[in-house]
Amino acid sequence: MSLLSLHNVTLKFGGLVAVNNVSFEVGEGEVFSLVGPNGAGKSTIFNLISRFYDPFEGDIKFEGESILGMASDKVPSLGIARTFQNIELFEQATVLQNLLVGRHRHCNTNVISQMLFTPAARRQEEAHRAAVEEVIDFLDLQPYRDKYIAGLPYGVRKVVELARALSTKPRILLLDEPASGLSIEETQDMIFWIEDIKNQMGITVLMVEHDMNLVASVSDHVLALADGKELAMGTPSEVQSHPAVIEAYLGTGEIG
Amino acid sequence: MRFVFKTSYEADIRLFKHKPQMAWYMLLLAVVVALPFLLDEFFIGEATNVLIWAIAGMGLMLLTGHTGQASLGHAAFMAAGCYFNVILLERGVPFIISLPLAGLIAGLIGVIITLPVLRLHGVYLAIATLAISILTEDFIVIAEPWTGGVTGLVAPPMIIFGLEIDRYGTPGLFYYVVLFVVLAVLMVYRNLLRTPTGRAFTAVRDSEISAQAMGINITKTKAMSFGFSATIAGLSGALLGHFAGAFNHETFNVILSIQLLLMIVVGGLGSIHGAFFGAMVVALLPQFIAISRDWVTDLTGFNATTIPGIEAGIFGLIVLLFILFEPNGIYGLWFKIRTYFEMFPFYRKNMFKRQKTYLKTERLR
Ligand SMILES: Nc1ncnc2c1ncn2[C@@H]1O[C@H](COP(=O)(O)OP(=O)(O)O)[C@@H](O)[C@H]1O
Ligand SMILES: [Mg+2]
Repeated sequence: MSLLSLHNVTLKFGGLVAVNNVSFEVGEGEVFSLVGPNGAGKSTIFNLISRFYDPFEGDIKFEGESILGMASDKVPSLGIARTFQNIELFEQATVLQNLLVGRHRHCNTNVISQMLFTPAARRQEEAHRAAVEEVIDFLDLQPYRDKYIAGLPYGVRKVVELARALSTKPRILLLDEPASGLSIEETQDMIFWIEDIKNQMGITVLMVEHDMNLVASVSDHVLALADGKELAMGTPSEVQSHPAVIEAYLGTGEIG
Repeated sequence: MRFVFKTSYEADIRLFKHKPQMAWYMLLLAVVVALPFLLDEFFIGEATNVLIWAIAGMGLMLLTGHTGQASLGHAAFMAAGCYFNVILLERGVPFIISLPLAGLIAGLIGVIITLPVLRLHGVYLAIATLAISILTEDFIVIAEPWTGGVTGLVAPPMIIFGLEIDRYGTPGLFYYVVLFVVLAVLMVYRNLLRTPTGRAFTAVRDSEISAQAMGINITKTKAMSFGFSATIAGLSGALLGHFAGAFNHETFNVILSIQLLLMIVVGGLGSIHGAFFGAMVVALLPQFIAISRDWVTDLTGFNATTIPGIEAGIFGLIVLLFILFEPNGIYGLWFKIRTYFEMFPFYRKNMFKRQKTYLKTERLR
């Protein structure tokens, strides 16, 4: 059974059909990529999964169960974590504090014990830090641990967003253009990390990305979209050589 | 210059980052505790006034500085705390119960009143809370049987374990009662900030959308922040009632609400220090002006006491200067000076230059 699936999902913004009858299934343990030109509806699909919008038609399922009845702040409790295309970090907080917010869904002490900082609250704080510290080590964020986001360069912010999503200990990670704006070296790091996230951590990845080199090297399946509609779906090479995709991108030379 | 080496997660959780920091705060505490022995009655009263403002400031700081929700209505919650405390005292409830209870009632009222306006943002929330403050003034007048209407109420002396405490009879003890509340609020505030609730507050302040994506319930978090904030404001209102002796609707007018917000802006939004710095400015400015007036009169022969509205004018000027030149308030200034000495001689001139922030116009896409 697939972990996450969309079934004939449609979403309109006024007259604009941003997502048009889209279906796909992300299998457990795979890397699934969404590609397509700007405005194709990729980020909107992420926002639908995050339950920021209600689809006009269709269903979104996690482990076979519809999530459409769920409030958006309940979605992370399923094990769905995400990053944003235009970095949405907590600017006036340190890297460590940002990652600790990622632990929010694992919080099991009440406000009273927190305001009194009871031994239970202390134990939980220590456990949160241990969990976050693993992510910091994994993504080499030690030098930035206590730095405020507001002063960090763009490339580091991208990594912090990934780290915050990983801190939630997700089952599926939604990455919206993880390599956009990164240097060649940073993109290379991102490729290694995504492979480790899939292979070592066993986390499923659903990704939007323009860098076809990255997409081809890490993805198991690719869905190409244009104007909210599916163009082609399959393995990276199948999609890249699909006539509809080639036609849609004729003249641009590459997807994205 | 000092580096902080962390040896365990303990180090992040502790209230004080390192030994010297702890030593400084302990010294400060010692001075604050010794104050009534060092000052005369008049200045003990002034110090008490600063602390009462600081409690109110902490209440609003939690909401505005840490949760990012502006309120121009906090005089309403101070009023709730003040009136309920006295009403409970008049019904024979002992002070050690009436005070926290009055705070809790103020907090509850805060949550109930603000639930409908929680969806509002920025300036709209400020306007809605301003309306609450205005309505409260009218309500106090209308609810005359309980509030005494325009005549107001007189606060009975506080009685703690048989000890009668009032501002003029026992100024030192009164100061200690207020100090105790300050420390209790401070402790709860610090604890919240180092646990998930406080992190949810700052997350909502910095990015609602991403707080939501991390599983934070925005409405619940804002309501909780309003609740804590109004409770703390209620406590300060109750103490203000005892400090003022008598009070009526005008004690808690809209000007007080506005003054509170300006106070934490001057002090420095987003830091507990800011509440205290702001309180010092607001509470001590009138005295400072009065003293300088006499001084100016003596020096120049020009009778400066006749300048009307000078207090509000000078306070307004201070607010304006801070917003223009030091948006992080007095705490921002203090932080820079402290860093300068800690880093000496490695301080770089543009160290605090604000970084380019990335455009948020295309959020979510
Ligand atoms: N909140 C919104 N309101 C109106 N239109 C939107 C909104 N979000 C996205 N759109 C539009 O929907 C289309 C798909 O956008 P998006 O999903 O961001 O594309 P991309 O594939 O580049 O991520 C675009 O035409 C965009 O302008
Ligand atoms: Mg996009």
